[in-house]
Amino acid sequence: MNSLVDRFSTTSAQSEIRRAQALAADDEEFSDAAWGSEAGFGSLAKGVPTFSVPSIADPSAFLRLHTDDHADPNCRIKIQHGTTTLAFRFKGGVIVAVDSRATAGSYIASGTVKKVIEINPYLLGTMAGGAADCQYWETYLGIHCRLHELRNRERISVSAASKYLSNLVYGYKGMGLSMGTMICGWDKTRCRVPAVFYVDSDGTRLKGDLFSVGSGSTHAYVSTAAGHRDAFSGNTCNLYHIKEDGWHFIGNYDISKMHYDGPGDVPGGPGKGYGYDIRVEGRSSANPPPVAT
Amino acid sequence: MSIMDQNGGSVIAMVGKDCVAIASDLRLGNQALGVSSNFQKIFPVTDRIYLGLPGLATDVTTLKERFRFRVNMYTIKEEREIEPETFAHLVSSTLYEHRFGPYFCEPVMAGLSKTPSGGYKPFIAATDLIGCLNFAKDFVVAGTASEKLFGVAEGLWEPDLEPEDLFETISQTLMNAVDRDAYSGWGCVVHVLTKDKVITRTLKGRMD
Repeated sequence: MNSLVDRFSTTSAQSEIRRAQALAADDEEFSDAAWGSEAGFGSLAKGVPTFSVPSIADPSAFLRLHTDDHADPNCRIKIQHGTTTLAFRFKGGVIVAVDSRATAGSYIASGTVKKVIEINPYLLGTMAGGAADCQYWETYLGIHCRLHELRNRERISVSAASKYLSNLVYGYKGMGLSMGTMICGWDKTRCRVPAVFYVDSDGTRLKGDLFSVGSGSTHAYVSTAAGHRDAFSGNTCNLYHIKEDGWHFIGNYDISKMHYDGPGDVPGGPGKGYGYDIRVEGRSSANPPPVAT
Repeated sequence: MSIMDQNGGSVIAMVGKDCVAIASDLRLGNQALGVSSNFQKIFPVTDRIYLGLPGLATDVTTLKERFRFRVNMYTIKEEREIEPETFAHLVSSTLYEHRFGPYFCEPVMAGLSKTPSGGYKPFIAATDLIGCLNFAKDFVVAGTASEKLFGVAEGLWEPDLEPEDLFETISQTLMNAVDRDAYSGWGCVVHVLTKDKVITRTLKGRMD
């Protein structure tokens, strides 16, 4: 029934793709794409993103069949999953912290992934779920935030930017997009406050003070525990601070080093690590605390 | 999600010059959640045989006790210690007894076997979960990081390594392989068996 609706509806994302494809096909016999690239703009060269879709009755079912949808780990194409991302609002702005591990199945494909996407100097997006989906659509969001600035001579609010993204991904609902993201920034005009919005590929958009997204999210509400406990999070932590004048990159921290040595000489810090021995010290007779001298 | 990957963990054994080494990680997990960083998977069978049991943690514990029982019975009946080759066949047949409802473990063995001249010859072996023996001359691997271990070991291993060099080789192999595996890691333990002593060292690994 749904495939029938998809085939004949004129408002769905699929029909829009069909229309765009027909338009592109009419355009000229040899498009710029035939020459390998469209000056680096990819599918955005014509203003509206176009995607090639397999010529079968139900493309999203086809994609679901061949990409890992949790149900089938033995599929051909593996999309990057497994992440811990965290962002919260406070008096001094927004803090954004993400890990840097990329896994394909149990294989740790990379330990140096940038999971914070710098949309523009005052907006940050975090990346969880499909790496390509997040990267592409948040970059696309960046283009439209700039266009908004040029059209309205005013910076786009975090609220508007996040709504733009959520409306956009909602148009592709059910087609296999996978992203859980936090759009963070400081509104310069109107309300003049830091803001964090959670947006995911289901179309959910939530305003909040504290969010954590990804496989390690349940641990992340507690701190470095996420990189430690979650098999699919770890390696390093990228830390950003958003202030009134835009975002600032604070640093890249080795999570394993922090586990052993602690956060270093910071105000309120313990001055030592959060290691296993410290956390279980004195909890059993097999692991007694050091004898007082 | 395979039941073999439920708890995670990996073991490797290598042959050196008149010595063998066996090493494993120390992680015990419940799927993606790490639970313990001190879960031993390698057990001494005799003074000259060590057995590594990566796989489903409940079967690791059961098999460890089962092999202890069978080796004790062998020692009592034969009035001598079991040889590594014999032990490998004991492991194989124990596992094949459960051909149609196997233990989810892939044992790795390392030992020194007595030669007629009174010396000792390095011995390593591994089996799959239903007891197919693999006697390798260089190294054997098993566990969730086995593919990665094969890759690194293939690059680092060379023949006739002295005990200290063998220790370095097996440690580097294991540490680098488990750092590329989500289900293994959280520290390592290495045993090097020589004719007159066993060197056991615990290594500090990445904790993420």
